[in-house]
Amino acid sequence: MDAIILQILNGLDKGSAYALIALGLTLIFGTLGVVNFAHGALFMIGAFCAVTLSKILSISFETIDPTQQDFLGNPLVVKTPYVHAWFGPEFGASLIDWAVPLSILFSIPIMIGIGFIMERGLIKHFYKREHADQILVTFGLAIVLQELVKYFFGANPIPTGAPDALTGAFDFGVFLGFDANTVIYPYWRLVYFFFSALVIGGVFAFLQFTTFGMVVRAGMADRETVGLLGINIDRRFTIMFGIAAAVAGLAGVMYAPINSPNYHMGMDFLVLSFVVVVVGGMGSLPGAVAAGFLLGVLESFASMNEVKSLLPGIDQIIIYLVAIIILLTRPRGLMGRKGVMEE
Amino acid sequence: MSKTTMTRRGVLKTGAVAGAGVALPTIFTASSAAAYTNEPTGSTVKFGFNVPQTGPYADEGMDELRAQELAVEHINGMGDGGALNTFSSKALGGDGVLGKKVEFVTGDTQTKSDAARASAKSMIEKDGVVMINGGSSSGVAVAVQGLCQEAGIIFMAGLTHSNDTTGKDRKANGFRHFFNAYMSAAALAPVLSKEYGTDRRAYHLTADYTWGWTQQESIAAATEAMGWETVNNVLTPLAATDFSSYIAPVLNSGADVLVLNHYGGNMVNSLTNAIQFGLRDKVVNGKQFEIVVPLYSELMAAGAGENIKGVYGSMNWNWQLQDEGTKAFVQSFGKKYGRPPSNSAQTCYAQTLLYADAVARAGSFNPCAVAEALEGFEFDGLGNGPTLYRADDHQCFKDVLVMKGRDNPTNEYDTLEVVEKTPVDQVTYAADHAMFGGAEASLGTCNPGA
Amino acid sequence: MLGMNKKDTALMIVVAILALGAPILLNPFPTESAMAQFNAGYPDLMQRFAIFGIFAIGFNILFGLTGYLSFGHAAFLGVGSYSVVWMYKLLDYNVIWGLPLAIATAGIFALLIGFISLRRSGIYFSILTLAFAQMSFNLAYSVLTPITNGETGLQVYTEDPQVLLGANEANAPHLFGLVMNQSSKLSMGGWEFTFNNGYYFCAVILMLMFYLAIRIFRSPFGMMLRAIKSNNTRMAYTGLNPRPYALAAFVISGMYAGLAGGLMAAMDPLAGAERMQWTASGEVVLMTILGGTGTLIGPVLGAGFIKYFENIFSKINDNILHGWFSFLPDGLEDFVVFIIHPFIGKGWHLTLGILFMLVVIFLPGGLVEGGQRIKKLITSKKDDDSNTAKTEPAE
Repeated sequence: MDAIILQILNGLDKGSAYALIALGLTLIFGTLGVVNFAHGALFMIGAFCAVTLSKILSISFETIDPTQQDFLGNPLVVKTPYVHAWFGPEFGASLIDWAVPLSILFSIPIMIGIGFIMERGLIKHFYKREHADQILVTFGLAIVLQELVKYFFGANPIPTGAPDALTGAFDFGVFLGFDANTVIYPYWRLVYFFFSALVIGGVFAFLQFTTFGMVVRAGMADRETVGLLGINIDRRFTIMFGIAAAVAGLAGVMYAPINSPNYHMGMDFLVLSFVVVVVGGMGSLPGAVAAGFLLGVLESFASMNEVKSLLPGIDQIIIYLVAIIILLTRPRGLMGRKGVMEE
Repeated sequence: MSKTTMTRRGVLKTGAVAGAGVALPTIFTASSAAAYTNEPTGSTVKFGFNVPQTGPYADEGMDELRAQELAVEHINGMGDGGALNTFSSKALGGDGVLGKKVEFVTGDTQTKSDAARASAKSMIEKDGVVMINGGSSSGVAVAVQGLCQEAGIIFMAGLTHSNDTTGKDRKANGFRHFFNAYMSAAALAPVLSKEYGTDRRAYHLTADYTWGWTQQESIAAATEAMGWETVNNVLTPLAATDFSSYIAPVLNSGADVLVLNHYGGNMVNSLTNAIQFGLRDKVVNGKQFEIVVPLYSELMAAGAGENIKGVYGSMNWNWQLQDEGTKAFVQSFGKKYGRPPSNSAQTCYAQTLLYADAVARAGSFNPCAVAEALEGFEFDGLGNGPTLYRADDHQCFKDVLVMKGRDNPTNEYDTLEVVEKTPVDQVTYAADHAMFGGAEASLGTCNPGA
Repeated sequence: MLGMNKKDTALMIVVAILALGAPILLNPFPTESAMAQFNAGYPDLMQRFAIFGIFAIGFNILFGLTGYLSFGHAAFLGVGSYSVVWMYKLLDYNVIWGLPLAIATAGIFALLIGFISLRRSGIYFSILTLAFAQMSFNLAYSVLTPITNGETGLQVYTEDPQVLLGANEANAPHLFGLVMNQSSKLSMGGWEFTFNNGYYFCAVILMLMFYLAIRIFRSPFGMMLRAIKSNNTRMAYTGLNPRPYALAAFVISGMYAGLAGGLMAAMDPLAGAERMQWTASGEVVLMTILGGTGTLIGPVLGAGFIKYFENIFSKINDNILHGWFSFLPDGLEDFVVFIIHPFIGKGWHLTLGILFMLVVIFLPGGLVEGGQRIKKLITSKKDDDSNTAKTEPAE
């Protein structure tokens, strides 16, 4: 029982990452009808916003300490971050420590900006082109974006820790009446789960309760008619693209402490997020979120030793197997609409 | 319109073929004229450096490339000579190899067997290299080694840690300076039992591919011989990025040590996840919970950041060693690039020098002569102390380093400390050891190609 | 000729000339010159051009004609390779056993996967094929290692049975004694041309496969496939069931992929699991779109384009750059090298990504459209010189 609770927690946590990425991808699919292979790259750029901010905060001036030596036998260069000098070592240190949560603020305008530039500069010209062309151009863009990040940050993962206050793990077991140490869960992963719930809720509320959201939803359903009504749907779609980019970016920012960011993390998630979106059903936001959580939980269950001993290698293929079964039993995924991306 | 162009092209083509046909008897170089593949005829000789330049191991590949470039400089007599000054063999005079200046070509393995072989083939077929060196995974090493065997040139492996490279997949034309999974385990086990006691229960997470399996098999055998119990061994997909669902059940299993048989990105993530779950803060069976990473590298340590503090692992070599060969190499490398070399860089540097030296001693670039010169070669002064290139399986035998994540690193390169140098006798095994293909494994015969 | 119209015959002849003359055409620069770096006329790369050309032609039969975008074709490539290497291991190094088996097994796999996947269309179909291919890759890399030799790749060991192996038989892939990795070299002036048995074997098969593709494109069956693309529903209303046609196209293109995979193992007796990964499936999609979807020659051009950059650009390093620009003054030389540095060697992905974007933005029909525009430009120049001013800005 405790093992199952543990894996449900794991699954929800993995699922929240999948759901966040898939949500942004579906927004772009649904509103603009564009297959965006660069969406993983946006997730990766988000994570690198966190890396960049913590690097900026740790920009240091150098002093030479003649009493110590470096590996070549030269006098040691000691680095002191400017923030330590400006705000005092204590506040400076805590500023660096809280770099990841701080970069949420830092990343939103950046991601929205990148989204705007991408949509106005490139994607806009591809609305009427074939999906194949969209795939080629966004895939090219994804490669360019990740190579740029590689050029500046290197190929090696860059450790970007959570604030000290949020490291360590929480003993759920005691809370639920199990023995100590049976169900423990890292604080930061709990933070991630609640954070993504908040973002998902925010996006839904925005689409549900604002006029802007209503128009966008109408546009998703029937773009032409909305255009005929004299509403400038294009501008709204640009904003939607910006929001989708920001959602992907936020997913990336908060993911940085879970796994050290590297330049190819977007590609690692790309295929998976497409599977999630399609399993959820094209054009359905609730579907994408539900599929994200479903696949996350099933993946976690498949990695349990009891399951693996029964079906060796099941954790290697579970996501794809589930995708096949769902698509064969439900022709348009969990909640897909008819006619979206079926040609 | 297009019709005319075509005809003209056709005519040109016919002309060329006819011209070639007339000249045929004189200008066809009979391929049997060369004694061996890519025999260098001019004043230069080409080495091929095949390293990952894209993909997750790109930084490791870059570091290998730096070291290889440095080795070529030293062979050609430029720079300060580096470890050539401390190398026990003095066959190289700093004027290239056998009077030929060394040039090199580079390629990208992408850490994929297919791409690595494509790149190596272009070096052999187009650039005419006599030796290929580099790489950062065992799958690639085995694939390229097989290719060099077929083509008839020498393969000097870079970073490859699987037992198979000099085990069941050993080849007469292939040589490995790097250590292997068995040696890691043999070096680590005594230190682990000294530090953590002989009554421990270990839980293994193992990357689900060939290297992971040989690593797990080796370390489980070595620790079990010390009295440890292996509670469980769970295979994890190579593509996994989030290891939480594999880490979460560890605490409940009654294990008090977690062994992560992962490399590269897998290791960085699994270790980070294990620390997130607070495993090292726990007390299980009345003992402090510990984590072991059998194979370390500087880049992985950098990627895992603070999480490696106090975690044990093993390495082929480290820049902090104090022998003369290491100091000479680190000085030379540090001056040129402003950073200490990684252990994959060192193995590529040593391999390039060893090849050049073997050619000089053999007096020929013929791969069979070079192989003979390398087989059973004993040397010193390249780091790690006295080393033997064993003739039976082309594996180097030398001391192995047991490392620990440093608690208070003073700079970004100072992430690991050398805990112990396990002497070579403790890590030596029989050439027909069961983990190395048993009695059936054979080098085959040397192939000079052509 | 051979049941082809005039235009197709011309195209076929162009392909034949390109394929047979490749060792010369791809080596335009003298061996010792600085530009020799850009020569592609060495056996391995030419073989890859031909093999990936076959792979892309086959993929185009499915995608270009029916519009079904498969993201899992690499699985068939891998199956083909494994079949051939297994034949080496069990029988002997003669490729005649393995290649038909590669086509057959890939066909069976394609039939199974296609039968299930074609129950859906659009992106749902794409994801189904992707899922099957990724399952194959993941299992081949791990659980199925006894069959595939996992990470290391399937290869021949001395203890393998090889029951048909003769006493004097070559210890490398061959066709009745014609050893694939043997070549003869021709030196002419500063040039050296390599004529490789394996390459010509691939080139002949490429021409056959290209001819077959022409015949399929022009056949009533090809018309049916186009009808699926243009209007699936209308086709169904006319009383025709589109699915058997689509399935046939899927199986044919799967067999092309199996043949390509088999040829890879015939040139180089090793089958790695990475061949089945989604990136490999994605690569053939890119090749086809880049070259020109639905055109006959486009996919072959796209395959050549990508393989050329992968193999040539990744090998240019700073030393070579310094060699090229050594005629410049020192400061300027370093500056030029500094500017080019990010795009070569480890940066070849970046160059390829930029080129993808440029091609798709400026040449919506792929490389074939680029060729057509150039042709139009030349034609219009000859017809009417005053037109050039108008056409040039568009280019």
